[in-house]
Amino acid sequence: MEKLALSDEILMEIEKPARYIGNEVNSVMKDKSKIDVRFCMCFPDAYEIGMSHLGIQILYDMFNRMEDVWCERVYSPWPDLDKIMREQKIPLFALESQDPIKEFDFLGITLQYEMCYTNVLQVIDLSQIPLIATERGENDPIVIGGGPCSYNPEPIADFFDLFYIGEGETVYRDLMDAYKQNKQMGGSRKEFLELAAEIEGIYVPQFYNVSYHDDGTIASFEPNNCHAKKKIKKQVVMDFDHAPYPMKPVVPYIKATQDRVTLEIQRGCIRGCRFCQAGAIYRPTREKNVELMKQYALEMIRNTGHEEITLSSLSSSDYTALPELTEFLIEEMGKLKVNIALPSLRIDAFSLDVMKRVQDIKKSSLTFAAEAGTQRLRNVINKGLTEEMIREGAMKAFRGGWTKVKFYFMVGLPTETEEDLMGIPELCEQLAVDYYTIPKEERIGKVSITASSSFFVPKPFTPFQWASMNTEEEFLQKARFVKDGFFQQKNRKSLNYRYHDADLTIMEGIFARGDRKLCPAILQAYQDGCIFDAWHEMFHQEIWDKAFNDHKIDIDFYTHRERSVEEILPWDFIDIGVTKQFFIQEWERAKRGEVTPNCKQQCSGCGAATFKGGVCFENKN
Amino acid sequence: MKIRIKYAKTGVLRYIGHLDVMRYFQKALRRAGLDVAYSQGYSPHQLITFAAPLGLGVTSEGEYFDAEMNSVTTSADMVERLNATMAEGMEINDIVALKEGAKTAMAVVAGSDYLVDFREGYVEPERFLQAVDAFYAQEHIEIIKVSKTKETLMDIKPFIYQMEVRDNRIYMLLSTGSVDNIKPELVMEAMCKYLQVEYQKMAFQVHRLETYMRNEQGELVSLLEAGERIS
Repeated sequence: MEKLALSDEILMEIEKPARYIGNEVNSVMKDKSKIDVRFCMCFPDAYEIGMSHLGIQILYDMFNRMEDVWCERVYSPWPDLDKIMREQKIPLFALESQDPIKEFDFLGITLQYEMCYTNVLQVIDLSQIPLIATERGENDPIVIGGGPCSYNPEPIADFFDLFYIGEGETVYRDLMDAYKQNKQMGGSRKEFLELAAEIEGIYVPQFYNVSYHDDGTIASFEPNNCHAKKKIKKQVVMDFDHAPYPMKPVVPYIKATQDRVTLEIQRGCIRGCRFCQAGAIYRPTREKNVELMKQYALEMIRNTGHEEITLSSLSSSDYTALPELTEFLIEEMGKLKVNIALPSLRIDAFSLDVMKRVQDIKKSSLTFAAEAGTQRLRNVINKGLTEEMIREGAMKAFRGGWTKVKFYFMVGLPTETEEDLMGIPELCEQLAVDYYTIPKEERIGKVSITASSSFFVPKPFTPFQWASMNTEEEFLQKARFVKDGFFQQKNRKSLNYRYHDADLTIMEGIFARGDRKLCPAILQAYQDGCIFDAWHEMFHQEIWDKAFNDHKIDIDFYTHRERSVEEILPWDFIDIGVTKQFFIQEWERAKRGEVTPNCKQQCSGCGAATFKGGVCFENKN
Repeated sequence: MKIRIKYAKTGVLRYIGHLDVMRYFQKALRRAGLDVAYSQGYSPHQLITFAAPLGLGVTSEGEYFDAEMNSVTTSADMVERLNATMAEGMEINDIVALKEGAKTAMAVVAGSDYLVDFREGYVEPERFLQAVDAFYAQEHIEIIKVSKTKETLMDIKPFIYQMEVRDNRIYMLLSTGSVDNIKPELVMEAMCKYLQVEYQKMAFQVHRLETYMRNEQGELVSLLEAGERIS
């Protein structure tokens, strides 16, 4: 293939031209005269980030198994190329064919984090597709969104023709068939959207009207088209072992952020941490058969040549066959000289033993996701981790030879007090004290304990979706309070505390629980020059401030305001299986500091059993 | 045992930089299932070394790397297995087993030859083609070499071993290696100066034909000469 969308002059001028030439090992070429639907899949961030994403690889493989569909890829052009494409009016192109995306039938965009929203507009705009869905013509591609942020698609509803709510492996075939059928019948764009709206899990934003109370909250959210459903049901793969999985993932030339084989061993999580959206939207927890995982590991390493393999799940320690799988990988990957990168595991005797065997402990550090500094607050967030467990795990690690330990905390959690914040340095201090109880001759030098905190953002479809989020000032004040707390500790020289700016956190908070009123502000921020907001050095607070101001957006309305459980939330039209009643109950329990058992201990009746499978049924045969 | 692999890098792969080419072949060797030797330790890496890095945008049919092997099959079999997993634009042309005591490709590289073609819209190719002989006939070809601390005048003529017109392109055989490494772009820059034409990198499309080492007689021969095919 010699065809390139960009000239030699451009490719020699920009950074990392390999981002734009396609032709990677395992990328799929098809004869476009023999296919019916051209689909371009987009991860709206830099190539190296997008190529590290498992979901796109799964869907790319799934689509390309369909004979009548050719799925290609596109990522956000880096600002250097972005500028050239605008100046020279070069339409954004797909990597495989190098053809303009505007010639495609679909542009699918995965929404993995809120801060990618201006990049979504960049991709649509550079493709020369109208930014507003209702302004698109018969020949423009259908723009469809999916991924975690589509569980509240309202802040970007104006820019999408469709959203796919749920796991991509289920109804895409139906959508392709509807598209082909409509095309054959000579149907219009609108007629296709109506057909699509009839498919479970597909949301067509323009088929709904939203009205607001004077205080800005939603008064009504109603379909305006008879094909649109009142509730959109989340799609879930229930036959998880037979779900498509890419045996030949695309291998990039340039180093991707995660350049390795990923085995998805489990989807969903039994834990029910109250801050975690993924733990709710991927319910019920489903495991993949361990024999299948072994087979995939060998085949994927053979097909990619990657030098590293890792496991993907929300909580790998809960995977039933983890000991068997790690044993197999250590044995077989060792023969092939393939490294094993372990995801964060619960620190216990088993995981320490495994880690000792796969990595150089002198160079590696252990990570504990403690999330909160006191037991009271850990109970509020339902993090099933006690101080004893943390101290015991750390002591085992110290005795095993680890001297570097990392802790993750969240600052700004609901009900948080100064005592909870002070608990962060105090817990770290306690571990340092514990370390020095080991006789000197058995220790390997000094201990180093690093705590880092992120700021808490309440997310839709969690018990904290009604909670008040801290303001930027509150966040920073709290972080400084924690930092001071560290200076007061006896072992402060062994302790380290890090936190980041809170400006992006506030933005994330606005978008996470935002509504349609945000669409024009996001559009303006983009038009005034915002892209790559997730990259702190490219984030322009002043442009966003102006956009919010011009559109009379009150930031506190979206972030700081505690919602009442009676309020119609922007995402209420989505049914994820887990009921609102359950979230209300969990919100109440959180405020009382009551722990809810995990799915394997006891079913708490969250509602996900409606999908008739996974962990909900495992122990009931 | 050490083997030497000759490959071509053409087409869109001219935009893959040297470090990425190295990573590419590490993965390709695994995909092909060749029995490459690894270093010891927690993150073992393959024992491979590359001959002479190729600039971004340059194509080549004469690239080399050496690999330490635990075991080998035949040259033909290994070429076939590697080619079965190549991306379009990468092609394995030959594999030889190096003789005992042979130095690494990187250490022995002494020359490379190139064809320089003209991209449309920059310079008048005729002017250049007609001037090649006269340019090369000069006693000295001086260029200004810019280093971090100073600018020095350098005569590159002794390192241009041959230069002529071939098929409406400029052929040149240049010194390559850790000392006296002369890039074809440098020669074209000197030629632009000679013709009093502004040098523009994009005016020329460079293609490397072969990479050479010196044999016992001091002649430039292909890097493959250091070994023999395995049959």
